[in-house]
Amino acid sequence: MLCGGRGFGRGGGHATVPFVAANPWFSWSYITQHASELLSATRQHVALTVWSVLVATCIAVPMAVVARRWGWSRGTILTGVGILYTIPSLALISVLQAYFGLRPITVEIALVGYALLIIVRNTLIGLDGVPAEVREAALGMGFGPTRLLTRVEIPLALPSIMAGIRVATVSTIALVTVGAIVGNGGLGGLILEGLNNLYRAEIMAAALGCVLLAFIADLLLLGLQRLVTPWTRRRAG
Amino acid sequence: MNTILGTWHWLTTAEHYRGTAGVPHRLLEHVVISGIAVGLAVLIALPLGLWLGHVGHGGAVAINVSNIGRAIPTFAILVLLATVPSLFGDAGAVLALLVFAIPPILTNAYVGMREVDPDVREAAVGMGMAGITLVRRVELPLALPLVAAGVRTATVQVVATATLAAYVGAGGLGRFIADGFGLQDTPMILSGAILVALLALVTEIGLGRLEVGLTPGRRRGSPTPGDAAQVRG
Repeated sequence: MLCGGRGFGRGGGHATVPFVAANPWFSWSYITQHASELLSATRQHVALTVWSVLVATCIAVPMAVVARRWGWSRGTILTGVGILYTIPSLALISVLQAYFGLRPITVEIALVGYALLIIVRNTLIGLDGVPAEVREAALGMGFGPTRLLTRVEIPLALPSIMAGIRVATVSTIALVTVGAIVGNGGLGGLILEGLNNLYRAEIMAAALGCVLLAFIADLLLLGLQRLVTPWTRRRAG
Repeated sequence: MNTILGTWHWLTTAEHYRGTAGVPHRLLEHVVISGIAVGLAVLIALPLGLWLGHVGHGGAVAINVSNIGRAIPTFAILVLLATVPSLFGDAGAVLALLVFAIPPILTNAYVGMREVDPDVREAAVGMGMAGITLVRRVELPLALPLVAAGVRTATVQVVATATLAAYVGAGGLGRFIADGFGLQDTPMILSGAILVALLALVTEIGLGRLEVGLTPGRRRGSPTPGDAAQVRG
């Protein structure tokens, strides 16, 4: 089984490697020879992540606002997203595939479900942290509930919301790989293929790709966070 | 509708509860694999985290280990370890689970110890406490809520991730899902998914209760750093 690795060894045409295929932990030549395969897997990985985090944000922030405004719903919402988060990804994806099949949406729904908890919780922490005096001052200036929310509370909660989105994004990038089980796992597809071929360089390249993606995404979101909350920088500097 | 009936039928067939491929045996495998991984992680990470927190050094390492851990796909580590022939199966699964159980325990132990009120620590030192006595009598009891949250987070995560280990030849409830995909047996897949989800929920709720019992002073419903440190699998 070990010899069943792919034909591409290290040395190209004139390699005099023995029959037992080399199975290095890391191989640059794998990466250069399979650049297009890696790139398209990465593209799917990014697409799954961006879609899932965006949708999760659009659901989670209103959920947190509801939880904050109507106290009775707070426990229900937090428990609900908590239960969803506890369900193992493989279990959730398997259930979803029974109804949605081997399509990206199966993975995306699961990813949205897991990102919800992180973003709802961080948004709530941010909204809870808005000082009562600030809220009262805004009300005193004649702000209605909608304007209070959009002009005062959300902007003040933004650093916390953005922190949640960053954590959710990094976790989602790692989690996308499990989607390979239903044929839509971005770089996870290469991990599964590497498992079937027992080819380490492929698994390692995909794993490192995920870590690199997570790192880049975190930096980009940090930049975005600074951009949308310029006042935090001014205060610090 | 057929799928739901099929799953119900699968779950109520006595044959699926017998032998080494039956639900009770798979459940036992799942619990044993998870238990060994969490046990080893506690043995390694807890003393280290408590000690780093006590002396107040290594904070960057203790905290960043969680952030880095979150970015590494558990699936990739499981699969990478499985390419070592001697690690294919339960041994590799335990090792991979261990790797991901360490960060939340380490980070929470460190943060818990660092968050002990310096005045309290100073008062204890003034009363003549030092070293182990200070840790055992003052710092550890105060750090306990966060330490316990770290162990709970790690355990729930390990129980969830152990499901994936079925893909690298390990036992456990994930086998029903992995084998079900192989056999294209949807009721088997769904039954496995339900059993795994139940086990994860029971673990989470059970440990949550235990934690509240252990640490009566903890504010209910307030998110702790441990909750954020979880890695999904």
